[in-house]
Amino acid sequence: MSLSAALKSAYAKPVAHLLCLVPFTALLWAAFNDDLGANPVEKLTLETGEWTLRFLLITLSMTPLRQWTGQASFIRFRRLFGLYTFFYVCCHFSIWFIADHSLDVVAMIEDIIKRPYITLGFSALMLMLPLAITSNQAMIRRLGKKWKSLHQLVYLILSLGILHFMWLVKADYLQPIIYAIIAVVLLLHRVGPMKRFSLKSSPATR
Amino acid sequence: MIKIKKRWEIPETEVTPESLYLRRREFIKTGGLIGGALLLNPLAAAQASIAIGDYRKEAVSLDEETTTEEDATSYNNFYEFGTGKEDPQQNSRRFQTDDWKIVVGGECEKPGTYDLDELVKPFPVEERIYRLRCVEAWSMVIPWLGIPLGSILNTMQPTSKAKYVAFKTLHDPVRMPGQQRSVLNWPYREGLTIAEAMHPLTILSVGMYGKTMPNQNGAPIRLVVPWKYGFKSIKSIVGIEFTEEQPQTSWNMASAREYGFYSNVNPEVSHPRWSQKRERRIGDIFKRDTLMFNGYGEEVAALYDNLDLTVNF
Repeated sequence: MSLSAALKSAYAKPVAHLLCLVPFTALLWAAFNDDLGANPVEKLTLETGEWTLRFLLITLSMTPLRQWTGQASFIRFRRLFGLYTFFYVCCHFSIWFIADHSLDVVAMIEDIIKRPYITLGFSALMLMLPLAITSNQAMIRRLGKKWKSLHQLVYLILSLGILHFMWLVKADYLQPIIYAIIAVVLLLHRVGPMKRFSLKSSPATR
Repeated sequence: MIKIKKRWEIPETEVTPESLYLRRREFIKTGGLIGGALLLNPLAAAQASIAIGDYRKEAVSLDEETTTEEDATSYNNFYEFGTGKEDPQQNSRRFQTDDWKIVVGGECEKPGTYDLDELVKPFPVEERIYRLRCVEAWSMVIPWLGIPLGSILNTMQPTSKAKYVAFKTLHDPVRMPGQQRSVLNWPYREGLTIAEAMHPLTILSVGMYGKTMPNQNGAPIRLVVPWKYGFKSIKSIVGIEFTEEQPQTSWNMASAREYGFYSNVNPEVSHPRWSQKRERRIGDIFKRDTLMFNGYGEEVAALYDNLDLTVNF
């Protein structure tokens, strides 16, 4: 089956849903089997946080993928991945709110105000709310041109997310730097020179 | 010398609740079994630089549940073997600690290169159950086996100029692959004031859970200073130096505004990026309040009577 046929297949979206739930299921399975190591809360917080970043990068790579491969169908998956990004960030936030703050709203707000890395992470979460809410067809129609500018917030969200990760690291910045490099590549793609470059080089893959 | 009876020297039968006391029998039984296994396993015996023979059980005990051995040996900060929590266990399996030497120098009468045995053997090994509080806001309760650091330092006869003691970890990127990346400025360095070093709670530890020190926990010999953040308790020590000036310490070199020389556990002084008010005891889901000096204030607070702890963090 060609890439084009695979992307357009009726199974494509269900398969994508299943794949998106693999990390969640794996973590849930590990949690029930006491297989998350000595500090399960920390592990779950870190994993759901990293999966949020990964899904955000996957979401943002749909447009470049369309251009590089010439397959317009990639765009059909952008909302799906975007909503899973939101799903993982909700898990990430809930674990932190429940286990680190024992559901104490005042203590949580204090932490958000006092700790810059948490301020950044929480801002990113807040900015994702309107994007998740306006992701359905009705809202897209209702907002018209405004929808696009609203959803450009995603670049800000990504930057906040990576800074949030970078800021909590003690000494080994390798992982956040890898995310940052991928993010820069994806963002560069959206400004002039890279865009022209990828369009020029794309005919070969068509 | 006047001997003052310390709070932690009360016979443990008086302070340990019955349930814990009864479970202690089980612990000794399983400890015996594991000890036996060590004797029967030639590989384990060959790797043991310090064979743990008899030791004084619960010389210092604690009325809190001990962290499981599995957790204490699989969740470690030991960047010499990688920065992930499970890296040290994975990457230190083949770490050889035979013929371990410690170079002693600086302001003392007996400098030189000592065999590990030479330093440790003259003293009885004690079991000390201490809280361990990491600067990352998690904690454990670990039954260390060790010797008061002061006893060992006294054999080196520090001079009156010895105001501080500096420690160094082995620097060998082949044996310690984590050192192939300059995450920290190797070798790892730590230091204490002479009063902190001589404090009876400060120990050099050669084992835990009744056994020889596992590689990932700092074999063959490491420092344990229970009232300070864990990174002060330097692992795999190869150098001890008495100095007149305050020595450089690794995390302070990496970020002076975040990690001070003293690094006493202090819930009131937050890390610039996160709070130190609460901690997660490994095994728990929710956090608990962090205690001043990690609960050892009665013993050590006097060391800092003339010190502003918000400045000297």
